Amino acid sequence: MLRLSGRGGAGLRAAIALAESSPGLRIALISKVYPMRSHTCAAEGGAAGVIKSDDSLEHHFNDTVGGGDWLCDQDAVDYLVQQAPRELIQLEHWGCPWSREPNGSVAVRPFGGMKKQRTWFAADKSGFHILHTLFQTSLQFPSIQRFDEYYATDLLVDDGRCQGLTAIEMRSGQMRHFHARAVIVAGGGAGRMFPFTTNGAIKTGDGMALAYRAGVPLKDMEFVQYHPTGLPSTGTLLTEACRGEGGVLLNKNGRRFLQDYGMGPETPLGKPVFKTMELGPRDRVSQAFWHEQKKGNTVPTQWGEAMLLDMRHLGEKTINERLPLVRDVSISYMGVDPVTDAVPVRPVVHYMMGGIHTDIRAATPLAGLFAAGECACVSINGANRLGSNSLTELLVFGRRAAMSAVGYLECGRGAGNDGALGALADAAQARIRALIQRSGGKESVAGLRKEMMQTMEQHAGIYRTGEGLAEACGKLADLRRRYAAIELHDRTNVYNTDLLQALELGSMLDCAEAVAVSALARKESRGAHQRLDFPERDDKNFLRHSLAAFNPSAPPRVDYRDVVITKSQPGVRDYSGGHQ
Amino acid sequence: MSERQVELEVLRYNPETDSEPRFQRYSVSCREEWVVLDALNHVKETVDPTLSYRWSCHMAVCGSCGMMINGEPKLACKSFLRDHPGVIRVEPLAHFPIERDLVTVIDDFMAKLARVKPYLIPKQAKSVEEGEYLQTPAELKRYKQYTLCINCMLCYAACPEYGLIPKFIGPAAISMAHRYNQDSRDGGRAARQEEIAAGEGVWDCSFTGACSEVCPEHVDPASALQQVKIKSTVDWYKEHLMPWLKK
Ligand SMILES: Cc1cc2nc3c(=O)[nH]c(=O)nc-3n(C[C@H](O)[C@H](O)[C@H](O)COP(=O)(O)OP(=O)(O)OC[C@H]3O[C@@H](n4cnc5c(N)ncnc54)[C@H](O)[C@@H]3O)c2cc1C
Ligand code: SF4
Ligand code: FES
Repeated sequence: MLRLSGRGGAGLRAAIALAESSPGLRIALISKVYPMRSHTCAAEGGAAGVIKSDDSLEHHFNDTVGGGDWLCDQDAVDYLVQQAPRELIQLEHWGCPWSREPNGSVAVRPFGGMKKQRTWFAADKSGFHILHTLFQTSLQFPSIQRFDEYYATDLLVDDGRCQGLTAIEMRSGQMRHFHARAVIVAGGGAGRMFPFTTNGAIKTGDGMALAYRAGVPLKDMEFVQYHPTGLPSTGTLLTEACRGEGGVLLNKNGRRFLQDYGMGPETPLGKPVFKTMELGPRDRVSQAFWHEQKKGNTVPTQWGEAMLLDMRHLGEKTINERLPLVRDVSISYMGVDPVTDAVPVRPVVHYMMGGIHTDIRAATPLAGLFAAGECACVSINGANRLGSNSLTELLVFGRRAAMSAVGYLECGRGAGNDGALGALADAAQARIRALIQRSGGKESVAGLRKEMMQTMEQHAGIYRTGEGLAEACGKLADLRRRYAAIELHDRTNVYNTDLLQALELGSMLDCAEAVAVSALARKESRGAHQRLDFPERDDKNFLRHSLAAFNPSAPPRVDYRDVVITKSQPGVRDYSGGHQ
Repeated sequence: MSERQVELEVLRYNPETDSEPRFQRYSVSCREEWVVLDALNHVKETVDPTLSYRWSCHMAVCGSCGMMINGEPKLACKSFLRDHPGVIRVEPLAHFPIERDLVTVIDDFMAKLARVKPYLIPKQAKSVEEGEYLQTPAELKRYKQYTLCINCMLCYAACPEYGLIPKFIGPAAISMAHRYNQDSRDGGRAARQEEIAAGEGVWDCSFTGACSEVCPEHVDPASALQQVKIKSTVDWYKEHLMPWLKK
């Protein structure tokens, strides 16, 4: 019996769950990079899960739903917060080196938008340790067969269900067909659509594009999270834990300006207060920066305008113990030591709230296809993800996807039609061949990519307007057309990165268009989607998920679907000190 | 903002078109604060899209971008142009076969890592419902540094023994075994020891310390080797000279 899964933090979690629950299954783990290179390794801050006695599932639920501006599906959030502690303990049992309290229990830290301390962390390399723990744990299961450096190109869909995929074996350049009775996509995010991002080079939305082109809608794509504190030089992230530990944000006058944007009153230095000032949610903090820049209150650097992240009062010892990576990265890439100086930072694209439309079982509308991790939209993040919820999400829903896939296999649809699948795979292969061999094309990968990034930065950033978005839609449709005229410089087979980057660009263009079209259609401001021409939240018309459906030769069609509300009616997001 | 004309001398090899590796020169205008990876990306974007190399995170955590930079194993994303005033020669990591250009074949490393059973083999099994294992900060500290390995393989490229005796299991894999051996929750040392103490396990190391010098994460694999070797020696004596001790 062949059973196929894919990739990354979420993919590894799913694979382990499959191997544990059904040792008879054959699991193929396909990834375009070696598993430990997946971008989960870059996550610094930690993973949220209720563990301390002063906390409750209710609090975690409320913080998440409010943080998401009531666009989260509340049944899914309920499942997330319930399962979170068990998943984090499971990781502990697999050896994850969580930071500890003096008595040996797991330590937790505060995080933006969270009312209590509930973020499990392993110094400031939490994602790194989660990923390596999962990868290393997966090595003990012989039923997990890895296909490292295989680039997935197409899902094989026949008879109304997903029955496998095609992938390029990068070492040989050969196309491989994987026939499978179920596929889990866990392809990660798509931040590389933007020029300034904390996302690694591999985050090009391939997983989303795979499903999208196979007919599964992309949900809530207009919600793109900016993280307020990236380095202006490289986009490298300084984790929110900097502020969780007590770091503060200053404008050029040394003022803690968040108090001027409804997040005050000012809290004492080094004594952060939950959900207040620097521990406000990411969308609000990034938006405040935008206004400060308009007012001329930001600090000019050689890489553009910035604000200052001041951690000096934490002292060298705390910084070394709790934020060693932050110190290292600031010194290396900015030449600034946070122990002695405030570090210039700016908002950078960080996370896609939207993604492949799945239900609470991590199942997509396409039979046999499941999705989990950042590429999926369940949705627990709504209009704005709270920091430290997505590592938890990839664990909880990675496992859930595996369980659902096993359930699906058990109700056993018969063997596929090999002839039809073979023909689909041949067509996928022919498409790639044509791309490699095309000559006389006028367009280059680097050229189109640059235009796409500029368009996204200019019109689909922190604040948007109908006019700008309309222009972006036009431009992206044009870029998609021009993509057909790309000519490669490299026509060889072995590790052809010219080809891979062209395919990645194709994924990003499809995702970018879904972002812009969905953003234009959403005539309200909610969470990370802020329209200057529609500054208010509009629950009457838009308390709904958007669903963008792929069209090969035209912009996507956008439909809507109601949000699942079980117990929390939309209210006001209050991040002033008054909410306590 | 200062710019500098940087001369890169990059090893090129494509098994389909080249009979042997060769060097190619690129002269590109770079910003002074860039790392070597930025310069390579700039070449790929503006001069030569056929150049192949691995990278992802650009923050020294994914472990993809190890290469020889002016003869030393380095992460390209953490090697600053300012530290290399002259021509910068870039080659694939030493001691690994070349797949193409700067991309190496790392099957050997992946197999060795898997061989040392780098996962927790619990001393005492416990269900999730029973909660976490307690581990004090002091217990965590005993193995923490060895968890920081990003599998970049710079230590293998620096290791003279691995160059001579490819069967040597090598610094990172041994550090990983040591990491779990030192973990208060683990009871798998005996199982791992079989692999490590086997012929080509730990014995080939001659303690030049080159691995620790190049390690970008300060894992100090040499110290792991040293400790494992001492323990293995003790085990060996127990096994062969003092069998009565086992009783
Ligand atoms: C700098 C940074 C810090 C963060 N910090 C936190 C934090 O503190 N807390 C938190 O909760 N979240 C954090 N996040 C978010 C979180 O890390 C990510 O959302 C999460 O790790 C995504 O995991 P994933 O498994 O979905 O994807 P990834 O780990 O990115 O894995 C994606 C996988 O898909 C594979 N893949 C993609 N395309 C293809 C293809 N075409 N063919 C084959 N394989 C493919 C890749 O090889 C990779 O293995 C952070 C994110 C960043 C960028
Ligand atoms: S021990 Fe250090 S040099 Fe060796 S692979 Fe690990 S991080 Fe790299
Ligand atoms: S690019 Fe990730 S370590 Fe250099």
